[in-house]
Amino acid sequence: MIKKNIFILLFLVIVNSVSYAASQKSELAEKYKAINNINNKASLQRGAKYFVNYCSGCHSLKYMRMSTLAEDLNIEEVVFSQNLLFSNKKIGETMTIPMSESDAILWFNAIPPDLSLTARSKGPDYIYSKLNTYYEDDSSPTGFNNIALPNTSMPNILAGLQGGQKLELDDKNNPVGFIKISKGTHNDLEYKQLTNDITNFLVYVSEPAKLRRYSMGFWVLMFIFIFTIIAYYTKKEFWKDVH
Amino acid sequence: MSSDSPDNSRRKFLTGSLSLVGGTGAAATLWPFLSSMAPSAKSRASGAPVKVDISSLKDGEKIDLIWRKKPIWVVKRTKNMLDSINTNEGQHKDPMSENTEQQPDFAKNKFRSLKPEILVLEGVCTHLGCNPAFKSDENKFFCACHGSNFDLAGKVANGSPAGANLKVPPYRFEDENTIIVGELPQSDNESKG
Amino acid sequence: MSEISGKIDDKSSPSGVIGWVDERLPILSFVRNHLTHYYTPKNFNFWYFFGSLAFLILFLQIFTGIFLAMHYKPDAKLAFDSVEFIMRDVNLGWLIRYMHSTGASAFFVVVYLHMFRALMYGSFKKPRELIWLFGVFIYLALMAEAFMGYLLPWGQMSYWGAQVIINLFTTIPFIGQELGIWIRGDFAISDPTLTRFFALHIVAVPMVILLLVILHLAALHTVGSNNPDGVEIKKHKDENGVPLDGIPFHPYYTVKDFVGIGVFLFLFALTVFFIPEMGGYFLEHANFIPANPLVTPEHIAPVWYFTPFYSILRAIPDPAYGALAMAMSIVVLFFMPWIDSNPIKSIRYRSMLFRINLFVFVIGFLILGYLGVKAPTPLYSALALRFSEMYFIFFALLYFYSSARGNLYSYIFTGAIVFLIAIYDVARITSDNYISVLIGLASVCIFIMFMTLTPLFSNLNKEKQVPDRITG
Repeated sequence: MIKKNIFILLFLVIVNSVSYAASQKSELAEKYKAINNINNKASLQRGAKYFVNYCSGCHSLKYMRMSTLAEDLNIEEVVFSQNLLFSNKKIGETMTIPMSESDAILWFNAIPPDLSLTARSKGPDYIYSKLNTYYEDDSSPTGFNNIALPNTSMPNILAGLQGGQKLELDDKNNPVGFIKISKGTHNDLEYKQLTNDITNFLVYVSEPAKLRRYSMGFWVLMFIFIFTIIAYYTKKEFWKDVH
Repeated sequence: MSSDSPDNSRRKFLTGSLSLVGGTGAAATLWPFLSSMAPSAKSRASGAPVKVDISSLKDGEKIDLIWRKKPIWVVKRTKNMLDSINTNEGQHKDPMSENTEQQPDFAKNKFRSLKPEILVLEGVCTHLGCNPAFKSDENKFFCACHGSNFDLAGKVANGSPAGANLKVPPYRFEDENTIIVGELPQSDNESKG
Repeated sequence: MSEISGKIDDKSSPSGVIGWVDERLPILSFVRNHLTHYYTPKNFNFWYFFGSLAFLILFLQIFTGIFLAMHYKPDAKLAFDSVEFIMRDVNLGWLIRYMHSTGASAFFVVVYLHMFRALMYGSFKKPRELIWLFGVFIYLALMAEAFMGYLLPWGQMSYWGAQVIINLFTTIPFIGQELGIWIRGDFAISDPTLTRFFALHIVAVPMVILLLVILHLAALHTVGSNNPDGVEIKKHKDENGVPLDGIPFHPYYTVKDFVGIGVFLFLFALTVFFIPEMGGYFLEHANFIPANPLVTPEHIAPVWYFTPFYSILRAIPDPAYGALAMAMSIVVLFFMPWIDSNPIKSIRYRSMLFRINLFVFVIGFLILGYLGVKAPTPLYSALALRFSEMYFIFFALLYFYSSARGNLYSYIFTGAIVFLIAIYDVARITSDNYISVLIGLASVCIFIMFMTLTPLFSNLNKEKQVPDRITG
C-alpha cells in the first residue's frame, strides 16, 4: 500500500516539474499567467468573437470545425452564421483563411502561423504574455517589440485597445515592467480580461475534448472504483481457503 | 481448496456481481470504439444541407449538385414536360407513389414535387445505382446500364428492371430562387435531413 | 465457474459444444493445465501483479491501435492532420488516442516494475533463464515498437527524435552510413521512413511481441513461477503431486488479478481523462507542431522511458562509443542469469551489500532518467557519466557476490574496476575540469571499495539461511 502511494507521489512530483519548453524566458514574461477556465462559456464566446474580429485576418485555425465550435459554445448556427462565419465558408468547414503564404511573406516577412495547437505546443501563458507584452520600439519595422517573442514580425494589432507602453529597465538594463504612455479604448483590467478570453478560447480550440473529458472521467473513475471494491471483497472471500 | 459450504452462496453472489459489473464495464468500454466507426464530424458536416440558387435555371434545363455524396438534379419543367406526366397504372409500376421510402410526404402527388415546375430528384437509378441520363426531348430519364425508364416526375416505367420511383430528397424553398436540399419545409417535421 | 474438482472426471466425457470442440482441440486440458490445475506459489505479493497487467496493456494497445489505424493516414503530408482529425472529428477519437498514448507509457511503467521484481527475487536464475531471455527480447521489441510508433504523429519531436536515434546507427563503423540510408529509405527521414515504420508498427513488431509473449508464458509454465522467498515449491508435493505451497492459479490468482486490474485501470483512467499529457512527458509539447526538417526544436528529448539509456549515450562525448555504451547497457541484461549465479534467489536472504547494490542501481537508473530529460550542463554531464559508470558497476558487483570471494580476489577485483574507470578520467583530465573529475572519480571509487572491501572487516556480506518452505 505504501509503495503504491510512493509511486503516485512520484507521479505527481514529476508531472509538476516539467514546464513548457522555453529558451531564456524573460522573467518579465513569466509574470503574465493566463487564468484558464475552459468551462466559462461566456469567456469562450467572447474569445471567439475577438479572435474572428482581430486575429482571423492573418491567423487560421485550420483544425477547428465551425459546426463543432458553434455546438460546443452553445451558439446557434444561425447566430454563428451571421456573426462569426468566415466569408464564403459553410459552417461545416474549418477556419482556414484565404491569405496565401507568398502574400504573407511579402507583407510581413513571415507566415502568420496557424494557431489551432499553439495552446498545446507553447502553452496558454505564452499566448497571454504575447498579447500583453508589446512595447514601443523605434528600431523595429512594425514600431513595436515583444517580450514573449522578441523581434516578432507580428504587428501590435491590439495597440488601440491596450494603449501604448514603454519598456521599464532596471540599472542592469534588464526589463522589469512597462510604463504606460498612452491610453487605449480598454483600461488595464478590461484589456487583461479581453486577452484572457482570447487565450481561453485558443485553449479550447487546441483541444475541444477538454470540455467533455473531465465530466466523463469522473463517472468512469466511479465505476472502476466500484468494480475494484467488489473485486477486492471477492478476492478476500476466495482467499479464505488459503493458509 | 476446501469448499466452505456456508460461504458458497456468498461466493456466487460476489462472483456474480463482479461478472455483472465487469461485463457492463467491458461493454461500456466497447462503445467508444464502435462509435468511432460511425460518420465523423467531418462527414456529418459534409452531409449538411446544400443551398441551390435556381434564379438562372432556364425552362427545360437541369442543374446538377451533390448532397451527401449523391448526385441531385433540379429540373425546371416546361408545360410540355408537365403534360407528359400521368398516373396511368398500365404505364408505371408505382403511379401513386405508394412506396413511402422514395419521397417525403409533400412529394406524394402527381408531379412528385413541392411546386410543379421544379423537380428535385436523386440522380441514382433505383435498380443498381447508375446515373440515368436526362432525355429532355423524349420527356424521360433513361438509365443506360440496364435500360430502366423514368418519366419526368421520376416514376419508373413498366418493363424497367428498376422497381421503385427515383428518390425525392428532402428539400424546401427558402425563397422563390433558393432551394435548400436536405431540409424539409417548416410545416413538415422540422429536421436537418 | 468457481468450483474445482480435485481429480479429473475421466469416466464421463464432456458433452455439448465444449465436448465437441474438446475432441478436436484440447481446450479443456489447456484450461486444466494452465489455469485450474496450474499451481502457483501462495505468497505472491504486490510485485506479482505486473505480469498480468503487461498482458492486459498489450491487448489494450492492439485494440486501440486497430481503431486508430482506421483513421490515421501514413503519409508525410497527411499524417499530422489525420491525428488531429482523430482528436476532433472522429466520435470519441480523442479517447482512443489518449488510451493509446497513455497505454504506451503505462506499458513501460509496468514492464520496468515487472523486470525489477525479477531482479529482486532472482526470477531470472536457473531454471528460469529462458523466461528471462524471452523477456529481454520482449523489452527490446517493445522499445522498437514505441520508437516507431512515436514517429507516426509526424510532429517535431517525432521527426527529430527519430533523426537522433537513426543517426546512432550511422555510428557503426564501415556500414553505418549505408545502414542509415537503408533504414530511412531516403537520405533524410521522409515519407518512405514513415510508411515503413507504420507497416512495422502495426503488423510486424506486434506479431513478434505476441509470439515472444506466448513463448515467455510457455517457458514460465514449464518450470513454474518463482516467488518472493525464492523457494522452489515443486520440491515438496503431497501424495497427489500437488505442491504443498501451491494453489491453483484459477480461481485464486485470477480473482486477485482482477483487483490489480481495477487499481491499474483507476490510475489509467485518471491519466487518460485528467492528465493525458502528463506535464509533457506522455505527449510532448513540441509534438503539437508539425514536423519541420528545417527547424530543430530547442530541446530534443526522447520519451521518458528511453531517457536513462539516452543519458548513458550522452555521457560519452564520442558518438560511436556513446552508442556502444548505450547498446551495452541493454545487452548486459541478457547475461543476468550468468552474471548473478548466486544460488540464493530472493533479496530476503541475500546480504546487506546486495540490497545496497540494488537500491543504488534503482536510484541511479531514476537519476539517469531525470538527467536524460534535462539539457546537458557541465554538472549534469558529469553526473550522467558517474551514474552511467554506477549502472555497469551494479552488474560487476552482482558478479562479484555470486559466490564467496577470498581476500586477494577482492583486492584484485576492486583494483581492476578502479583502474578501468580511472583510465577514461586520466585521459580527459585538464586544468579546467580536474576538480569535478577527481571528485567524481573519488565518489565512484569510494562506493566500489565500500561494496567490495567491507566484507573483509564486517558482516555486511552475510547471507541468510534460505528456508525450505514458503514463509509468506
